[in-house]
Amino acid sequence: MFYRESGDFKTTYIDDDQTFPIKFDRYRYYAVMFVAFAIIPFMVNDYWVNAIFLPFLIYSIAAIGLNILVGYCGQVSLGTGGFMAVGAYAVYKLMTAFPDVSIVFHIFAAGAITAAVGVLFGLPSLRIKGFYLAVATLAAQFFLVWLFNRVPWFYNYSASGQINAPERTVFGEAVTGPNVNAWAVYLICLVFVTITALIARNLTRGTLGRKWMAIRDMDIAAEIIGVNPLTAKMSAFAVSSFFIGISGALFFAVYLGAAETGEAFGITKSFLILFMIIIGGLGSIFGSFAGAAFLVLLPVFLKVVGADWLGVPTDIVAHFQLVIVGALIILFLVLEPHGLAQLWRVAKEKLRLWPFPH
Amino acid sequence: MSAVAEEFITEDGRKIGAVVMEMKNITLKFGGVVAIKDISFDIRQGEIRAIIGPNGAGKSSMLNVISGFYHPQEGEVWYKGARRPTMRPYQVAAQGIARTFQNIALFEGMSVLDNVMTGRLTHMKTNMFQQGLWYGKARAEEIENRQKAEEIIDFLEIQAIRKTPVGRLPYGLKKRVELARALAAEPSILLLDEPMAGMNVEEKEDMSRFILDVNDEFGTTIALIEHDMGVVMDLSDRVVVMDYGKKIGDGTPDEVRNNQNVIDAYLGVAHD
Amino acid sequence: MPEQFIWGIEVFLNGLMAGVLYALVALGFVLIYKASGIFNYAQGVMALFAAMTLVGIMNGQVPFAHLINAIFGTNVHHFGWHVPAFVAILLTACVMVGFAWIVQRFIFRHLVGQEPIILFMATIGLAYFLEGVSDLMWNSEIKKLDVGLPQGINFAIDDYTYGIFGYGFFIDNLDIVATIIAAILVLALTIFSQYSKQGRAMRAVADDHQAALSVGVSLNFVWIMVWSVAGFVALVAGIMWGTKSGVQFSLSLIALKALPVLMLGGFTSIPGAIVGGLIIGVGEKLFEFAVGPMIGGATENWFAYVLALIFLVFRPQGLFGEKIIERV
Repeated sequence: MFYRESGDFKTTYIDDDQTFPIKFDRYRYYAVMFVAFAIIPFMVNDYWVNAIFLPFLIYSIAAIGLNILVGYCGQVSLGTGGFMAVGAYAVYKLMTAFPDVSIVFHIFAAGAITAAVGVLFGLPSLRIKGFYLAVATLAAQFFLVWLFNRVPWFYNYSASGQINAPERTVFGEAVTGPNVNAWAVYLICLVFVTITALIARNLTRGTLGRKWMAIRDMDIAAEIIGVNPLTAKMSAFAVSSFFIGISGALFFAVYLGAAETGEAFGITKSFLILFMIIIGGLGSIFGSFAGAAFLVLLPVFLKVVGADWLGVPTDIVAHFQLVIVGALIILFLVLEPHGLAQLWRVAKEKLRLWPFPH
Repeated sequence: MSAVAEEFITEDGRKIGAVVMEMKNITLKFGGVVAIKDISFDIRQGEIRAIIGPNGAGKSSMLNVISGFYHPQEGEVWYKGARRPTMRPYQVAAQGIARTFQNIALFEGMSVLDNVMTGRLTHMKTNMFQQGLWYGKARAEEIENRQKAEEIIDFLEIQAIRKTPVGRLPYGLKKRVELARALAAEPSILLLDEPMAGMNVEEKEDMSRFILDVNDEFGTTIALIEHDMGVVMDLSDRVVVMDYGKKIGDGTPDEVRNNQNVIDAYLGVAHD
Repeated sequence: MPEQFIWGIEVFLNGLMAGVLYALVALGFVLIYKASGIFNYAQGVMALFAAMTLVGIMNGQVPFAHLINAIFGTNVHHFGWHVPAFVAILLTACVMVGFAWIVQRFIFRHLVGQEPIILFMATIGLAYFLEGVSDLMWNSEIKKLDVGLPQGINFAIDDYTYGIFGYGFFIDNLDIVATIIAAILVLALTIFSQYSKQGRAMRAVADDHQAALSVGVSLNFVWIMVWSVAGFVALVAGIMWGTKSGVQFSLSLIALKALPVLMLGGFTSIPGAIVGGLIIGVGEKLFEFAVGPMIGGATENWFAYVLALIFLVFRPQGLFGEKIIERV
């Protein structure tokens, strides 16, 4: 089976518009979905789920969300951590206030609440551009974290100031709380990832995506050809925050189980997600996944190699991790500003011509 | 302006329609600098209207006023028989006024096809939620508009590059893609800001042909700014001449060519 | 006079002093941004690195001791000497120049002509890298820094204000010294950029680096110089903050304090950085004093940002920027 588009003629615009126009890609995509849904759930244990799969899946959602804002719409945001916190606290308040409603609904609702907050903090983007906006989004980051720390209503007046996820079930299987099965939490996150990735793909290939990209590439020209900057930017903030809110809700309720804002949703989280999309590739859904996978696996890899195999003290490994992440980011920007997604694309171009490149 | 006849016969015998847009006593200032001073002219249905003048005459500013990017301090814009209130550029675009730019303003990160499709934005009505689902209305709309976009792509002979990122194209092709994007909007008035700037003779001929074809086939009203006098005189039905923000001539190419003020402005005149 | 009011004055004065330090950090940003269009997020970590290097040199720490010990099983810690503060500061300044060269040679030289946002992200990467390096090099313990700056309450002011208000103001000697040093530094930088040959080259590059290149200005030299000057500013800021609250990771967060200052003052304006710093310093201290207790305290974390944000919404070009006329 060759990786070719020749001979695979598209006779309708629907065919030409599909996500994976090359047959091979399409089959690979089905294979990945099959493995993810039907094989991995039977193989995972707690370690794999907690160390790799859950963070990967949850960060992927956040990375897709941020990529919509930064990669597609060109509005740089450093407030991701704060918006994830909104999702987390929203789902916490909803879970404790309406214990009988399904957690799935709560997570979507948390996304919607975050979207509203995102739009609110996105409003200045109409007047403020570029770096000024990037710095302005830090206002959201610091203010929101402060708010959840200092206003006891948000953490239900608990003595520790922490929020703890009570047990909630989906189809009778616990997905939050202390008594969960690895496969159940994995699956619930996978379902959310699949849904959000599909929505993101649909939005970015259609009218809205073109509006965002037009604003990104040249906002003045975009307005003159008929893009309303208000709705374009606000929709980007809304969709982006919706995804980030869902990710925050899952991060707290399913992954951490207990959280304290400053620690779980601090500014380092904002940067982490930002790095994911830079390394993965701005303006690419695939890149969001690649970047999330890379930055989730890197520390695990370093820890296994450094601490477990070579016996280097863990604090040195932690410092090296900073050095390596920093160096990698710089390296990526110097060598391939378009990230892993571009490398992937180039590889595919080569593959398409293989074995006769000339 | 009922005094003006509804129809107008041009020099070469072409019939053009009624007044579709009228600028009345437009004055535009930036701080103390007066870019446009008390200019009035009209654009008729189906004509090719040129605005010419030396550098810094205020031609581009005039186009920016028409497309709602600059708001004049004084004067009125009348469009399709009604006074146009102060509008944001995207609202102007929604009214059917599309344009190209002097320094190409394409969306470099997108493919040619996507760029042309952005021209269709004003015709696409599905909302965010429908698009998120994709199947159904959003896809139907996408396909329908894709068809329109492809017609334009065929018309301008850029099929071969439709999936190429715009950033990789040479200058002349970019200009053509920009025209395609503006045409895709099916505008009632098409504004062209120096469509032939920086082109060689061959490219200029191509572009002139496209402009004439557009006017001919779609009946699009075109207002264009151009430096190249020769091209303008051949292409346009009527010409406005500007100098230092003022209108110094208005009429058919022949009238303008014989206008003393215009000759002075272009060839220079001895100042005492 | 009501007590609240007198306390308010004291808070105001302390805010001014804090503001000067913010301005100092912001100045480092402005210098680099003006000359190269790079928004250098790593400025705070540079201050941390400079302060750590200074302490390390003064105490005769062996660089990378922890790493060396872990790999070779040795047990080295210190060379066993102490370097006088003045010499150590000079050496650290040299290190910062070397750092400037490395940054220019290995990073930004390869990124010339990239979009500003890419450059910005590169500096975030640089910040991570430098933070890891400084921890590896000098270990991440909290260190005391004492280069002989006076510290503690200024009794003269205490006595003087007690004589007037019947209440002695608490103003730290260190803050006073910091204010004076920062003022001198700002003055020196202004004179340097306005009147020296290098300063003119720097401004030329800031305006249009291709044009500057074409009249024979060495871009490489200017950029290394600017990074060196920014490194020196970071060193001064590092000394001030390090003396005040110890040399530790949180020192790098002063960069986050400087960002709203930049928003207020504009990224390219030196006077803007100073005035913005003062406004933010005073504003956040007064807000915390007046409103903080009512809403849970620790408002300093976000007040500056929200203030800058609201300000920018009404005046997008910042305090000293000119109105932007958009063109197509």
